[in-house]
Amino acid sequence: MNGHALVIRGGEVVDERGRRSADVAIRAGAITAVEPGIDAGPGVQVLDATGCIVTPGLVDLHTHLREPGGEAAETVETGSRAAALGGYTAVVAMPNTDPPIDSAAVARQVLELGRAALCDVRVAGAITVGRKGAQLAPIAELAELGVRLFTDDGAGVQDARLMRRALQYSLALGVTLAQHCEDASLAEGGQMHEGAWSSRLGMQGIPAEAEELMVMRDIALVRLTGAPVHFLHLSTAGSIAMVRAAKEQGLPVTAEAAPHHFTLTHAEAKSFDPVYKVNPPLRTDEDVAAVRRGLADRVIDAIATDHAPHTQEAKEAPWDEAPPGMLGLETALGLALTELDMPIEAVLALLSWQPARIAGLGAEHGGPIVPGRPANLAVIDPSERWTVQPERLASRARNTPYAGRTLTGRARHTVVRGEAVVVGGEAQR
Amino acid sequence: MKHLLSIEDLGADGINEVMRLSDSFVEVSERAIPRVPALRGKTVVSLFYEDSTRTRLSFETAAKRLSADTMTFSVSSSSVNKGESLRDTVETIEAMGIDAVVVRHKSSGVPWRIASWVEASVINAGDGWHQHPTQALLDCYTIRSRKGDLGGLRIAVVGDIMHSRVARSDVEAFAALGAEVLLVAPPTLLPASLDGWPVKVTHSLDEVIGDLDVIYLLRIQRERMTEALLPSLREYRAIYGLTPERLRALRSDALVMHPGPMNRGVEIDAEAAEDPRSVITAQVSNGVAVRMAVLYLLLGSGADLVIGGDQ
Amino acid sequence: MAERERTGMPPRGGVFVPRTRVMDADDMRRAVTRIAHEIVERNHGLEGVAVIGLQTGGVPLARRLHDALASVGDGVDVPLGALDVAFYRDDIGLRPVLPEAVTDIPFDLTGLTVVLVDDVLFTGRTVRAALNALNDYGRPMAVQLAVMIDRGHRQLPIRPDFVGKNIPTRFGEQVDVADDGVTIGEIVRRQP
Repeated sequence: MNGHALVIRGGEVVDERGRRSADVAIRAGAITAVEPGIDAGPGVQVLDATGCIVTPGLVDLHTHLREPGGEAAETVETGSRAAALGGYTAVVAMPNTDPPIDSAAVARQVLELGRAALCDVRVAGAITVGRKGAQLAPIAELAELGVRLFTDDGAGVQDARLMRRALQYSLALGVTLAQHCEDASLAEGGQMHEGAWSSRLGMQGIPAEAEELMVMRDIALVRLTGAPVHFLHLSTAGSIAMVRAAKEQGLPVTAEAAPHHFTLTHAEAKSFDPVYKVNPPLRTDEDVAAVRRGLADRVIDAIATDHAPHTQEAKEAPWDEAPPGMLGLETALGLALTELDMPIEAVLALLSWQPARIAGLGAEHGGPIVPGRPANLAVIDPSERWTVQPERLASRARNTPYAGRTLTGRARHTVVRGEAVVVGGEAQR
Repeated sequence: MKHLLSIEDLGADGINEVMRLSDSFVEVSERAIPRVPALRGKTVVSLFYEDSTRTRLSFETAAKRLSADTMTFSVSSSSVNKGESLRDTVETIEAMGIDAVVVRHKSSGVPWRIASWVEASVINAGDGWHQHPTQALLDCYTIRSRKGDLGGLRIAVVGDIMHSRVARSDVEAFAALGAEVLLVAPPTLLPASLDGWPVKVTHSLDEVIGDLDVIYLLRIQRERMTEALLPSLREYRAIYGLTPERLRALRSDALVMHPGPMNRGVEIDAEAAEDPRSVITAQVSNGVAVRMAVLYLLLGSGADLVIGGDQ
Repeated sequence: MAERERTGMPPRGGVFVPRTRVMDADDMRRAVTRIAHEIVERNHGLEGVAVIGLQTGGVPLARRLHDALASVGDGVDVPLGALDVAFYRDDIGLRPVLPEAVTDIPFDLTGLTVVLVDDVLFTGRTVRAALNALNDYGRPMAVQLAVMIDRGHRQLPIRPDFVGKNIPTRFGEQVDVADDGVTIGEIVRRQP
């Protein structure tokens, strides 16, 4: 036996440092060699990467795993399987579970469930107790457990003073606060983007300003406190313009955008199918163009799925009664490769190494692919054409707005901590 | 034509066809025995999640006059199980073997969802703030019966446009038939965007009232005040109500219309409702004939014809 | 009207192509006059007689008959109506049928002898529908049937009381009755 447990053969290795044709050898969870012509030997699993790109595994900054409390729609296990099939080796689970991740106990519970998962499951802690926006959560205690990101996602922190205190506190601990930007008073009762379509369809709208007001406020608070802020799921041209200006001034802000915000617009609501209902809502063509531009010139640092599973029953309610949210883990890579007119390195930066850094996971995820680093890799076929079929997704839920859509680009194999959890597009457990 | 979900489904040709058919059904309704066997053996179900006796009765009368069988499911009579999902309720009803379901619901879009789940024809009797196509059809019919062709008529729709499904359907229907549509409302009661709406807008009723062929008043609901959309109903009446003074300014050949039920003393004074120019009662009686026409087109011998819109 | 539905004239598409002229304007005039006399004879005068034309082919004929009855009956103005049977057809759903025009029966027909008038008698289904429709207007004492052309192919036990001309036809042929004459032909479908 020559000790190589896994060899990825015949692919093009692409990471932050560049691209080269090479095989990758992996043993005991780590990369041991990256060079052409590696000899596998007997007893070693070989993953065929012919015609494929071998890249650091994708990292999702924003996933809803629904456990504890919402297991009918998804569990840590099913969500992690969906992630791995989508090429993800790590996800950050959002804290709006029931009970929310606002204490070490619940954080530990989710992390424990994550140990058996098909990808690395991290958690984001809540900023406030119960996510109610009134009292700071025990951020330090959660940081002890390794939690690096904090957010009340599902809602934004409405009180400016509280947000300021939270930012100051976070600075001392070296963690990052992430904001779901939504001014509750402006957004109240809103069902979709406020504009030509909401007026036509007779639905209460959420104006772009509901998001932009909080982006504006938090940039000012960043300036005031010096603490970093990560903006979750930005969706409007106005928000992106403000982040661009803030970055030009050297402020420590980062931002993410979801695939649905660079592929779908509010016109989809005309079917009244709540599969298109999401928060922030689908916006205008101009907003979609601004998101794409923001991704192209790196004003937006990462693509994050905001994977939000819901039961079929919940999504079959009338639009205004249905919960917002769409699946995303299994389609993000395909959508990014198919829809964004960018070199593959730029797309992978948005899906892998940049989010890895924002999540504080740069030591284990996001590359570069060199001997000694943990083996968290995705083997991607950039030319595989496939059609999204909701029944065939690994997620427990089916609420994808892309049913029937043909995408080009898919993860063929996913390796997490040296284990091939996805081989040939099939989850291994 | 399988469903009637919005006025858009019909187009100008479809609207005219419905009106032409309605003439025949007005004649039927005036007979000693106002009944024809055209929909014998068909079952029409009313599924009313919102209370509305008058619209529901109008549809049921229409169905019965066509000799169809009717069934009623209404939330208030608790035959709609509130815990049951919309889809389950609708699929259970369809399993009983029905030909058409007439739906009214407080949420925009529900008729479209139902149409995607069932084989039966779906008729929208009002969904949220979105559409109320049979109301618009009977409004067009009423105008036509008094003023002939709607082309070129100046029609003002006054009131809470933002929350009004009647307004959305009427605007589409009147414009499709070539009328000049004017929206009269305070800025807070107009939709956020009027992009693509075939209308002109004004905030002053007094400026335009002398020139109108039809004034169509929408109902103002008390809830709008708690939402900070209106300072008070009194202020609304002062600026937008059809008061005796405004009634005098209205042309002698103009029509006064209202979808009902009226808030007398708010958007319309009692005097205006009783004025000879008011066709409000005609609207109600035309409603049955127009709904007969719609049912006949969907379920009867007119069903195979392709009419207007985008079917 | 039976012709129009069976043969798929517009909106279903098709053009009537005439082949044989079987009556000209004079023939028709003589037939109308003769039928008027027969009606008077059969009913021993015109008291209690009303004429109702079936939409649309029977309506102009009913008018001509009404006028002929006036000259034969010393200026008697028998009640005249028009009946559209779209809502009474027994083949609802099998083909698209919209009423051609509104029914107009401006008199009470209870106790009257109603002479139904149509241009062509074919399967008899239109007349059967008309009998059903008449019942919703009242209870006539008797109903008689006057047609310009009886072309055979009855599918119901219905027979005319007064006939302009009997003309045997093939089932697929068309009979067109116009003001100036009657022609047999066929419908040629337009190319899709």
